[in-house]
This record gives sequence, structure tokens and C-alpha cells, in this order.
Amino acid sequence: MNSQTTPTNYSIETENLSLWYGDFQALIDVNVKIPDGQITSLIGPSGCGKTTLLRCFNRVNERYGNVTTKGKIEILGKNIYDADVSLPELRKSVGMVFQRPNPLPISVYDNILFGLRIHSPVRSITQAESDQIVEEALTSVFLWEDLKDKLKVRATSLQLEQQQKLCIARLLPLKPRIILMDEPCSALDTKGTFAVEELMEVLAGTYTFLIVTHNMAQARRVSKECIYMFLGELIEHGETQALFETPQHPKTADYVQMRYG
Amino acid sequence: MFTETEISKRKRQTENVMRIFFLVMTSLMILPLLLIIGYLLYKALPVLSLEFLFTNPKDNMRAGGLWAPFLGTIYLVVVSLFVSAPIGIFAAVYLNEYARESWFTRITNLAVVNLAGVPSIVHALFGVGAFVLFAGLGESILAASLTLAIMTLPVIIASTTEALKAVPMSFREACWNLGATRWQTIRRIVIPNSISGILTGVILQVSRAAGETAPIMFTGAVFYKNITEGNLFAYNITEQCMALSLHLFTISTQVPDVTEGIPYGTAVVLVGSVLLVNAASIVLRVYLRTRKKW
Repeated sequence: MNSQTTPTNYSIETENLSLWYGDFQALIDVNVKIPDGQITSLIGPSGCGKTTLLRCFNRVNERYGNVTTKGKIEILGKNIYDADVSLPELRKSVGMVFQRPNPLPISVYDNILFGLRIHSPVRSITQAESDQIVEEALTSVFLWEDLKDKLKVRATSLQLEQQQKLCIARLLPLKPRIILMDEPCSALDTKGTFAVEELMEVLAGTYTFLIVTHNMAQARRVSKECIYMFLGELIEHGETQALFETPQHPKTADYVQMRYG
Repeated sequence: MFTETEISKRKRQTENVMRIFFLVMTSLMILPLLLIIGYLLYKALPVLSLEFLFTNPKDNMRAGGLWAPFLGTIYLVVVSLFVSAPIGIFAAVYLNEYARESWFTRITNLAVVNLAGVPSIVHALFGVGAFVLFAGLGESILAASLTLAIMTLPVIIASTTEALKAVPMSFREACWNLGATRWQTIRRIVIPNSISGILTGVILQVSRAAGETAPIMFTGAVFYKNITEGNLFAYNITEQCMALSLHLFTISTQVPDVTEGIPYGTAVVLVGSVLLVNAASIVLRVYLRTRKKW
């Protein structure tokens, strides 16, 4: 982050963002401002570009083959397509949580430290520091009590809910500013869903959350602002309650009322 | 109620016929293998002993043991392994983990597939031209091993690719999104979780090379060479060596009045070594597998 940029209340801002997978245009002139320190949800039918938009914000889209991006993306006031942007540094600040929990096939302890280790010189973290970091991260996601005796257990053998919380916890030691979530609860049961939502609400404020969801009830429950996308275009963006109760755009109305009618 | 109708009876009969048909086909596959091994062992029994393995051929190869060709085959296989394994594994890692879909990767993959189908005698001629003559290595263990290595490279690339593809994409995504570089992802997650598949693939392919005759007979294997018995370092890689496969060919077709059991004994040692190496690779895989679970 360079210091000449003006302070802003927006974590993410895009300007005429368009994206193509080969010849297929997946995003069309998206202009969006995601406010700092709160939860914003991203809804819309399958294939409308929600996940694509999410993956733009840590530039991980570029790892998936033939992608062309046009337009501007500012994260915390910094254009992430500037030549001096380092992708590992960007991804440290912008974490991602996936649809299916994807802990790495190593121990719980090593999962938490994985991010920090790949960003630090070899053996620069002492044992005491490691222990403390792991305890703090697991405590933040309410897993410490459950897992404090299972730190050496392989993370892939945990329950799904624990795995997903662990996936959130492993972002925290990197001190991210933004956490992107791609349908984080769709593999979880009701109890797991509520647990993750509760966790997001506790962590919002410290972090900016952008969450893609197919579950409209979830969007209403957790998010302050909501964005509706359709076929690659941003149709409507506003306060969640307003968007659901008095949608401004007929397409939004069709979508939210079809489910709630 | 629930009694058999015409239709369900027909279904049951067809089911039985098909099951027996597939069973017969499977037996047809296994039977020759068992017969070959059984016949070889039966014929070889009179000559098989440790001494057979550790003495040189005698009396113009009409008697004696297998030490020189046995050690020669080990040399050829090990030297070719040192060349083909690193190149093949690293090339496969590049193609899978770094290269993007492009005309370059498409052509490379096409080349790999086609190279795997090239007959070994063609590799032999390439070896003569490239290593024996052009590179000036002469007929030597080195030239023969390089020829074998060229021959096994495509299949090593294919088996390594297979092993790498078995590592779920979601692990890579997790790493990338935490800011890991491709190398960190490969080093910390992809390789540790595919090493068992990679190594067993390499071992299987290399053990196949042990039985090849064509690629080595013009590039470094000789009909007869006398070496010190029991000395593992009896060969020099810039010189020629004997090899089990060529030795078997020689004593079966070129030398009259060979003691009857010796060709069979040679075949048993050749097949036995390959089976032993394959068994070892299975043990290695089982051992490495116990460390990975997802």
C-alpha cells in the first residue's frame, strides 16, 4: 500500500470492470464500492459472475487459464493492477474462504501457521510465537476449546463445520483486511451455517467481509449491504433490507420475490 | 407374489451367462502368465542357485552362471534411472503445475504420447546416432543407459502427470489464495501428497527397461565380457557390459549345446528381478500412503 492514496471508507472499489474467459464475457462494466468493516453479500442466479467477481479481488482468477481483465480495481485505495503490486502480498491482505472447506492435508497446527510460514523466512518464527499464534487464531473462531488437544490431528479429518472455521482461522495470522467468502456455508448443515454466520458477525468490524451466497435468507440475516448480479452485470446494490423489500430494479424484484413471493 | 416371471427369468439367465463370460476372459488373461512362470521355474530348477547368480558364464557360455549379465543389467537400469527420473519428474511438474494451456503445452503433450509409442528398435537407432557416434560415447554402458532413458522418459512423464493430477485442485487453490507461489505450493503440498505415486510410477517404468534388448544391443551391450566375480564395481560406465536380455537371446539362438536349464534360469532371473522391483515399489507405495489421508 503506498501512502499517497487518500484514506477511504471503501475497502474495494471497481471501475468499469470487465472480464473475459476466452471469448466469453463473464463480467460487464461492474462498478461497485464495498464499505469497510462490514458484511456485504453478493447474490444472483448460478453463472451470473458472483464467484468471478470475488476472485478478481485477490487476482486469483489469473491462475485459471485464459482470463482477460479490463477496468480498475482498488483494494484499500490501491490499484491492484499497478506494476508494483506483489500478488503474495495482495493475497495476504485479501483472504478467501471456499464453498467446500479446503484445509490442507497437514495438521491443524500447521494449517494455522501455513500462511505465515510461506510469507516468512525459514525458521524465523519461534516455537512460543507459533503456539501463541495458533491459540489466538483458534480462539477467534471459537475452536480453541474443541481443538486444543487435537492440534496434531490432520485437519482433513475434522468435522466439516470445524474445517470451515479452521479455513477462516488460518487467514487470521496474516492479518488480512478483507475476507472473501464463496458460499461458505453451502456444504454445512444448519447448525454449522449458524455457527459460521455468528462468527462472521463477531469478526465484522475487524475485517471487511464479502460473501457470495445462494441462500437469500442468509444474505438477509448477515449482510448490511447486498449486491444483486445477473448475467455478468451488477443490477442493484443497496442496503440489504431495502433491496429485499423495495427493490429498485425489476430484475432484482423478479429474483428476490421468486423466492419469497 | 414375487414369483419369477418370464422376463425376470431371462434377466437372471443373461446375468449368469455374462458373469461367467467375464470370468473366463479374466482366466484367459491370468492363465498364460501362470503357465509361463510355472514352466520357466520347472525347467530352470536344476540350475537355480546362488552360485548361478554369482559366477560368470563359462565354456563359451555353455555353462556357468549369470554374474556378468546380471550386474550389467543393474548398471544399465540404475544409470538410466539417474537420467530419466529427474528429467521426467521435473518436466511433468512443469507441464502440470506451471505451464498454461497453449500451443507449446499441447505440442509437448502430443510429443510425449507419441514418443511413448515409438518402437524400441527406433530408439536404438537414435541411440547409435546420437550417443554412440555424434556424442562420441562409443558403445558403452553410458550410451546404452541414455538410450534406455530416452525410451522411458515419456512414460515417466505420463505416470508422474497421473500422480500429480490425483492431488485435489482445492489444495492448490487454498495455497494460492494464501499467497503461496507455485513453487511453495509444489514443495509443501503437491509433492508430499503425490510422491508415492510418482516414485512407484518411475520404478515400474524403469523395471520395464530392464527387459529391453533392442535399445542396448547396438549401443553398449556385448555378447561376452569377463569381469571379476562378486565385485559390484566390476564395470566401468565408459565400457561395454553384458545384459540379461541380450544374454538370453544369445544363449538361446547363437550358442550350440548350452546346458539345458541355463536359458530358463536366465529368464527366471530376469522376470524375477522385475517382479521383485515391482513388489518393492508396491511396498514403498503402501508405506508412503499411510502418511496421507484426505
